[in-house]
Formats: sequence, C-alpha cells, structure tokens
Amino acid sequence: MSRRSTVIRGTVLTVFLKEVRENLRDRRTLISAFLTGPLLGPLLFVMLINLTLNRELDKADRPLPVPVIGAQYAPHLIDALKAGGVVPGAAVADPVRAVREQDADVVLRIAANYGEAWRKGEPVQVELFFDSSRRDAGTAVARVTRLLQGYAREQGAMRLVARGLSPSTAWPLQVAQRDQATPQARAELLFAMLPYFFVITIFMGGMYLAIDLTAGERERQSLEPLFANPVPRGKILYGKLAAICLFSCASLLISLLAFAVVGRFIPAGRIGMELDLGIHFAVYVLLLMLPLVLLLSTLQTMVAAFAKSYREAQTYLSLLMMVPLIPSIVLALLPIKARAWMYAVPLLGQNLGVMQLLRGDGVSAAQIALCLAGSLLAALLAVLVTVQLYRSEKLAISA
Amino acid sequence: MIEVSDLHKAFGAVKAVDGVSFRARDGEITGLLGPNGAGKTTALRMLYTLMAPDRGQVRVDGIDAALEPLAVRRRLGVLPDARGLYKRLTARENIDYFARLHGLPDELIRRRGDALIRALDMGDIADRRTEGFSQGQRVKTAIARALVHDPRNVILDEPTNGLDVMATRALRRFMVQLKAEGRCVLFSSHIMQEVAALCDRIVVIAHGRVVADETPDALRAQTGQANLEDAFVKIIGSEEGLAA
Repeated sequence: MSRRSTVIRGTVLTVFLKEVRENLRDRRTLISAFLTGPLLGPLLFVMLINLTLNRELDKADRPLPVPVIGAQYAPHLIDALKAGGVVPGAAVADPVRAVREQDADVVLRIAANYGEAWRKGEPVQVELFFDSSRRDAGTAVARVTRLLQGYAREQGAMRLVARGLSPSTAWPLQVAQRDQATPQARAELLFAMLPYFFVITIFMGGMYLAIDLTAGERERQSLEPLFANPVPRGKILYGKLAAICLFSCASLLISLLAFAVVGRFIPAGRIGMELDLGIHFAVYVLLLMLPLVLLLSTLQTMVAAFAKSYREAQTYLSLLMMVPLIPSIVLALLPIKARAWMYAVPLLGQNLGVMQLLRGDGVSAAQIALCLAGSLLAALLAVLVTVQLYRSEKLAISA
Repeated sequence: MIEVSDLHKAFGAVKAVDGVSFRARDGEITGLLGPNGAGKTTALRMLYTLMAPDRGQVRVDGIDAALEPLAVRRRLGVLPDARGLYKRLTARENIDYFARLHGLPDELIRRRGDALIRALDMGDIADRRTEGFSQGQRVKTAIARALVHDPRNVILDEPTNGLDVMATRALRRFMVQLKAEGRCVLFSSHIMQEVAALCDRIVVIAHGRVVADETPDALRAQTGQANLEDAFVKIIGSEEGLAA
C-alpha cells in the first residue's frame, strides 16, 4: 500500500479542497472571480483615464470656436484672439441662452461703443458669458480669459511706452508660480478611485463563494447533514474562509496583472506625469491588501449567514459592497493630511497606501506595519464573531 | 444503543418536544411514529446534537451527547430531514467528502464507498453529478454518505419520503440488512404500514409527548384493536396527519 493512499487530511483542508473543487465547477463563480471582477476595473479605469486625458489635451491645442457679438467693433482684438487659436463664430441673439443650452462653452460680447472709447483711451468693457458649473467648459473659459488679459496687458504697455513711461510702473508686482506637485501627484484626483477598484475586485472574487458556502448551503439544505459530522463547526468555517480567501486572492492577482499591462497604454507622459503600475507596485498593493482579503471574506460570510436564501444574501452583499467606497470618496473630495493612526484603519489605510504608491512616494515600513496590524486585528475580530454565529443553533436549520 | 430521557425543547411559546423518553436497542429497528408536526424531527435533531435540549438527556452507546457531542456524532449515521447533496459533485465525491470529515484514510474510503454503492445498487449513478438526480437517487446517495464511517447507530428521518414503490421496498430491505448486522436503527415516519412492517418496537409521538412505546403486538393488545391502523388512531386520538 502506498503511503499516499492512507493520508488522513485535516478537517480544515478537507473542507477547503472540497469547496475549491466544487466552485471551480461553477461557471458563474469562475466568470465573476476570474474575468468580470478583476478585469472590469482595469478596463473601466483605462477608458476613464484616456477619456479625461484626451479631453484635457484636446482642449489645450484645438481651435476653439467662440461666438462673438459685435466683432466688427474690435477687429484688432479679434485678430489677437485668432492668433491664440480662437475661431470667432457668428453672433448669437441671446448669449445667456446659448450658454444655458450648451450651444457654446463661452460667448464674447463687445460693446457697440468699443471703437470710440478705445480711440479716446478710456477703459472699455468686453463681456464673457459662461457657466462655471460646467466643468468641461472650464478650459475654454480660462483660455479666452488668458488671451483677453494678454491682449489688454500688451495694449496697456504700448500706451505707456507711447507716453514715455516704462511698462513696469503699471505692474509693480510680478507673480511667479512654482508648482511643487510631482508629476504623479498631478494625477492624484484621477487615481483616487484606484484603491476602490482593488477592494471591489477582492469583494467580487469571493462574493459568490461566500454566498454559496453559507446561505447557499443552507438553502440547499446541506448544512444540516454537514454539521452531523464529528467535526467542530469552527473548523468547517475555517476551511470555507480559506476557500473564499483563495478565490479573492486569485482575483486580486489577475487584476494587478491586468493593471500592469494596461498601465502601459495610459498616455500619462503626455500630461507630464509618471505612472508605475508594474511589479513593484503590484507587490506592495498585494501586501497591503492581504489582511483585507481575510477581513472581507469573513464579513461576507458573516452577512451571508444572516440571510435566509441565496437571493437575500446577494442583496445584503451588494449593500456591503458600498462600504469600501466611503474612504475612497472621502479621500477624493476632502484633502485630508494623512496621520499615522489612519494607516491602522482598515480600508482607509490601504487607500492611503495605494495612493502614496501612485504618487511615487512609496510607503514606509512603519506605515505597512500599521496597515497590516490594524486590518489583521479587525479581520481576527470578524472571524471570532463569525465563529460564534456558526455555533448558533438556527444556522443549520433550513426550513 | 440510543437512550433518550425526558427531552424538552421549546421554540418561543411552542413546546415542540415536551418530555420525550425512549430507548432504541442494538439489533432492532425502532420506529418513531407520529403525525406531521408531532415533534419527531426536533427530537431527532437533538439526538444528533444539531440542537441542544432545554432539558433532558441523550446517551448514545452510553455517551452523554451534551458532554461529548463529537464522540456521539462519530457513533451515529444520520439521514436528516434535509438531504442536501452537493449538486456540482458526483455521488461518490459527496460520499468521499463526508468520509474525509470522519477522518477515514483514503484506502478505506474507497473500500467502504464501493461496498455501499453496491449495497444500495447505485453503481450506474456513482460517478454522475448529483444535479438532476431523482428523489430516490438522492436518498440513496445521502444514506451512503451517512453510513460511510460504518456507524453502530443509524438515524433516518422519514427515509421513504417522496420515494416510489420500488425505491421504498429497496430501502426497507436495506434497513432490515442494517438490523441484521447488529446495528441500532431508529427511523421516523408518519406512514403506519411502514412502521408496522419493519419495526421491532414502535414509539408513538403526538403533541411533543410519547403516547405509546411497545412492540407492534403489544400495541394491538393494549388498544384492543386487531388492526394496527385503528390502534394508532385510538392512541393518538385523531386521524389527522397520518398516512396509511
């Protein structure tokens, strides 16, 4: 008799192997864990980033059509605008309506007395109509404004010179802007959602298993015969958790790989940022996310244990999926200065860490340690609670 | 040997089991008969330690279920009311899984599995996934899964529920075989014919209490009815929830 044939596996391993084998045979679980879950994030991300980047780039170089009212009063000004890439359009009857109805990003109106006032050397007014709540119009407005101010400055300087004065008398203060953002940091807003994609991937990778292994097993009425076996329920739970974690980890790995590949197609260099989604990034993200894998798997199992049916568990878990959004949104909207304790908060710590990696700052050993310790502690607490839940009499009873 | 004394279990205000005591001996088939909702399933669930009784004691081969639940489960083969197979696993994989949970070595698992598959006449379905199995095929698989560790005591909750005549007859023969092997067989049913045909001893449960615990002959003598069906109706006090 060969040694191998008499091997007695431990309970945890037995449960783990059975759950993995069973779920590898389920197409829906496979698609969710290895295809849609891990790949949807990177694809969506690349599309979104490319869209944003291209729009910003386009706006800066492209000829900008601007309807002008009263262009005939200021031919010289119009020439200056044309030189700056503005294409003066036909006058619109109602500039307010044109902007409101998004027919134009910005409308320029030149007063009828422009020529007369100009000749007298009096200040004249030109009006810009725009809607500052429309974010995509912002670049156009800024461009036209810059051109107009440049023109005014230039003309003012010429008038001063004509009167024998140095132009610098009119501008005693010169502002020089020194932007301290690293190229990566400039992309921060764009990348604020990236940590959430990783969390979602972990979530999606284990979700169907978590449902199937508790709520599903209860609905199929197989939990009662399973619990009739001479093994502690805690060990059954550990085996199940291990299987969920395995699928979650696999999901995360595929996702990181996909990000590394698609990262090459993001034209980050064109707007002057550097983007490193390669091996170095992947290893650190994996390290930061590992305790989160256990935490999320356990939370999913816990929530699924409360549900009476597969469908009910699915509903609860979709709601649970919203929770990891909170730190991502908060960090994207509020500029919080990261403090040491924040790294110990599960989800928030991972968020900060991934953002830091994206900025190219790297994470310190202390930050990693805090992040791992905090999340691991939360995960162990969740495991303890779930073990208690598994001991409950009601859990096994299906009907 | 399964001994139950003064078992109580309430769910809120409902007393599902209200003082049940009986004894199921080795080498005998003991039938737990009662109408639907009499408390049979709840009583059995306390026997295989899925639930803890509010009061009372369960002993299997002399071992107290409250103190050593794992040891008790090791001595029991259980076919619960919920059959619950794993649909994406084959019948044999279902059996193997439970055998491994019992800690059996691989070689023994194969030998026992083969023997049970032969005894239950399920060779043609052993390597098929259980998804789409008929009720009879499902019960067979669940029974093989429950007996793979060769337990001395066998608990079957309504084993013939939903089976056709052929499958029912085969299952009854199998139960007689288990008895012949010297095992303690305890099964619940609400079908009088079945209990009468198989049992050495009949425990009648109604409203959570034991209302009779006799051999079939003694039951007939006690009630003065020649027909067992009439005897049951007389004991329970109503025909409700029983099937002929």
